[in-house]
Amino acid sequence: MENHIDLKTESSADLKVFRSNNLKLRRFTQNFAYSLVWLAGLITVLSLLVVIGYVFMRGMRGFEPGFLTTPPAGGLSGEGGISTTIVSTVYLVLMTITIATPLGIGAGIYLVEYAGEQSLGSKTVAALVQVAHFGVETLAGIPSIIFGLFGYALFVTTLKFGFSLLSASLAGACLVLPTVIRTTEEALLAIPTGLREGSMALGATKWQTIKNVVLPTAAPGIITGIILSVGRIMSETAVFFVTLGGSFNMPTSVFSSGRTMALHLYYLAMDTRAFDKAMATGVVLISSIIVINLLINIVSRKLRVGVRD
Amino acid sequence: MRRFTFFAILIIAAMILGACAQPAKAPTQASEPATAPAGAKTSISIAGSTTVQPLAEKLAGEYMKTTQNVMIDVKGGGSGVGVKSAADGTAMIGMASRKLSDEEKTAHPDLVATVIARDGIALIVNPDVSIENLTLDQARDIFMGKITNWKELGGDDEFIILVSREEGSGTRTAFQEMVMKKDKDGNENLIADTAILQSSNGAILTTVSSTPYSMGYLSMGYLDATVKALKINDVAATEKNAADGTYPVVRPLNFLTKGEPAGSAKAFVDWILSDAGQTIVKADGYIAAK
Amino acid sequence: MKTMRQERFIVDRGIKYILLVFALISIIVLFLIGLFIFRQSLPALKTIPLSDIFLKTEWRPTMDRFGILAMIVGSVMVTIGSLLLGVPLAIGCAILLAEVAPRPVQEIVRPAVQLLGGIPSVIFGLFGMVVLVPLVRQIKIAGNTGFGLLSASIVLAIMILPTITTIAEDAIRAVPQSFRNGSLALGATKWQTITQVVLPSARSGIVAAIILGVGRALGETMAMIMVIGNSVIMPKPLNGNPFTIWLRQARTLTGSIATEINYAAPTHESMLFVIGVVLFILIMIVNVIARSIIRSSKH
Repeated sequence: MENHIDLKTESSADLKVFRSNNLKLRRFTQNFAYSLVWLAGLITVLSLLVVIGYVFMRGMRGFEPGFLTTPPAGGLSGEGGISTTIVSTVYLVLMTITIATPLGIGAGIYLVEYAGEQSLGSKTVAALVQVAHFGVETLAGIPSIIFGLFGYALFVTTLKFGFSLLSASLAGACLVLPTVIRTTEEALLAIPTGLREGSMALGATKWQTIKNVVLPTAAPGIITGIILSVGRIMSETAVFFVTLGGSFNMPTSVFSSGRTMALHLYYLAMDTRAFDKAMATGVVLISSIIVINLLINIVSRKLRVGVRD
Repeated sequence: MRRFTFFAILIIAAMILGACAQPAKAPTQASEPATAPAGAKTSISIAGSTTVQPLAEKLAGEYMKTTQNVMIDVKGGGSGVGVKSAADGTAMIGMASRKLSDEEKTAHPDLVATVIARDGIALIVNPDVSIENLTLDQARDIFMGKITNWKELGGDDEFIILVSREEGSGTRTAFQEMVMKKDKDGNENLIADTAILQSSNGAILTTVSSTPYSMGYLSMGYLDATVKALKINDVAATEKNAADGTYPVVRPLNFLTKGEPAGSAKAFVDWILSDAGQTIVKADGYIAAK
Repeated sequence: MKTMRQERFIVDRGIKYILLVFALISIIVLFLIGLFIFRQSLPALKTIPLSDIFLKTEWRPTMDRFGILAMIVGSVMVTIGSLLLGVPLAIGCAILLAEVAPRPVQEIVRPAVQLLGGIPSVIFGLFGMVVLVPLVRQIKIAGNTGFGLLSASIVLAIMILPTITTIAEDAIRAVPQSFRNGSLALGATKWQTITQVVLPSARSGIVAAIILGVGRALGETMAMIMVIGNSVIMPKPLNGNPFTIWLRQARTLTGSIATEINYAAPTHESMLFVIGVVLFILIMIVNVIARSIIRSSKH
């Protein structure tokens, strides 16, 4: 390298010093920068540990035998357990996923598989696809309280569904729709076109190809999106705050009101004296989220293994 | 393999659902007899004040234990929602932690308020505040922001930190009516806008108990040892004083119905007003209705 | 009699159009949201002069005073605060995960970030209220209650960190290895490579990540209610030092909606929808800015 540097005024010894000093400076900068970067990581992990640690510490005090199996009993001391809230949460998750999954996967399939087609009206189709993408991205950024307001205005009031699992799951479906669509798109895009071409070469129609070849291969990615949405629904509060109603009874129909664990946590902490029980609910919630995250990691690991031809 | 995992998750979910749906009807404490005759189950929907909600839930729970074929659903939402829901029929009973306003009475002339309990509102301060007693006028001036330092009342030289409920809260409305009141021209004396606003009694309790030199107001039922309740005009904030009228700041906890309570609602209200119900009311920290 | 082949093509065609409808659901929902929120906000917009809404700071709905300027400022300031604290942390973490940390460390930090992102906002809010606020109160300046913009910014920063980190990390990883190799071959240190080559190449992805963080920050509700004080006042410094403005209490747009929607009389409720519209528009603006930044940086 030195041959190419034509510094007439510098001797090669000076050059060596300059280069090594400069290198020292750059190395120093790097080490300093690296330590900052490591610090950032440390602060992040610490924040997580502190928050979870606090919840678990207080929460363990709130646990009593039968916490998970007895329903809340009301009162200022927040008596009872959280059994009905667990069930409400499960129902809500199932209903929301039932609504959002077909819609989201269908939308994702269209946007990836059919959108590039040169067929009749392709200009309008292309424009529609752009519009659809705009819709998905914008919807993804809308705050959850707006979904709550929307749910309140449309489902609770106008359609007269009232404060119910139905209103809440419809609002929740709107909330997680972008997530499902996006992950479906990504999963589908990751599949090499060779796979599709091979299937078509064998005489399958587009839909047959999608149904029998593409979708199964993309399944892990799509499932990741669904699991992500489940996590989102479980931890959401604002949306369901204004659409679900807050009764802690066992829901008996889609029109029943209910209370998710996250809402119950808020209620216990704010309206009763039972802060420790609130934290105990938090323990259950966080544990579920941890399990869900583990599931996501396992499934997405399969994704990396699966698509390999 | 992936398909298997997918279905496995589905099946597990279905099993959990099934498992949960069953025992709910026959939990450790039988809330409804397992052999309840099918059909003809009346349901009572209650909505409204978040102050009344925990009490209403407790009462509902106990009532459902002893009475067959009744399902009581209690939702929150605030006293305003209580009035609205009772008036338009979305709830059978509305809860309000205050009296009906004149506008509400004119707008909904057929709304009937039944007092199921009474609740004192306590003025609370952080335990490090040395003041023990205030007059109502002093309380008003503090919350208006006219008195800003504890030393003006004989305490330490520290700023008073105000904690209040959000607009529209029944507790706040009651406080406004009974403590803040109106000035000579009939304008409302306003709570200072520098006050920290929290959206529930529990949050007020936590805030005042942990913020030095703070002051707030709270439903008496929520009082505990983490805050100090001030005497008003030398009368201590106890249930006894609130019950016999010597403590000035007491508000009714109302069940609102369209017309006089009837049918299953009447049965519930009657039960609450009976000894059985009132015992629970007192046990939870409130004052008897009468 | 249609042949099997013809039948299959009809199914194919039919499915295509069904799925097209599905794909448009998002935009339909978006449209519906805009429609309903706007519709519910009309009563208030018709009766209250716009200048009273947007230029006044006094919010006392029971007395028909509906000024939301203080809330807009509150939302904006807390968002800025959370970005100031959160973006450096998040980008640092992203760099750590993508460039600096060895595999075993990645396997710890990345799930930690993911988990942080999954924790419900109420828990962050409660934690903030019970742990953070007393801590901030230790700053002994008159008028500092602990509740306020600083506590809220810290909580919000922790909440948007996972969002920004994951997407920024993806963007950094997407930079081709050849870029790095070329830079290192020229004698640059790893850090120089990161700052001069990798980050600029990943710029559009990083900006996208930050914008998503902004959106999340503007929209956060529950955690804010618990730590920001909720006083509807224009944030001002507590004393001569301008930095003490961060110790002031404030109210966010989202906080108003959540705390008052249940109590609101008709005009009041309609006003809350107006706030919803304002939020909606703010988020749209942020998205449009993001998109144009990303588009321009793709030359």
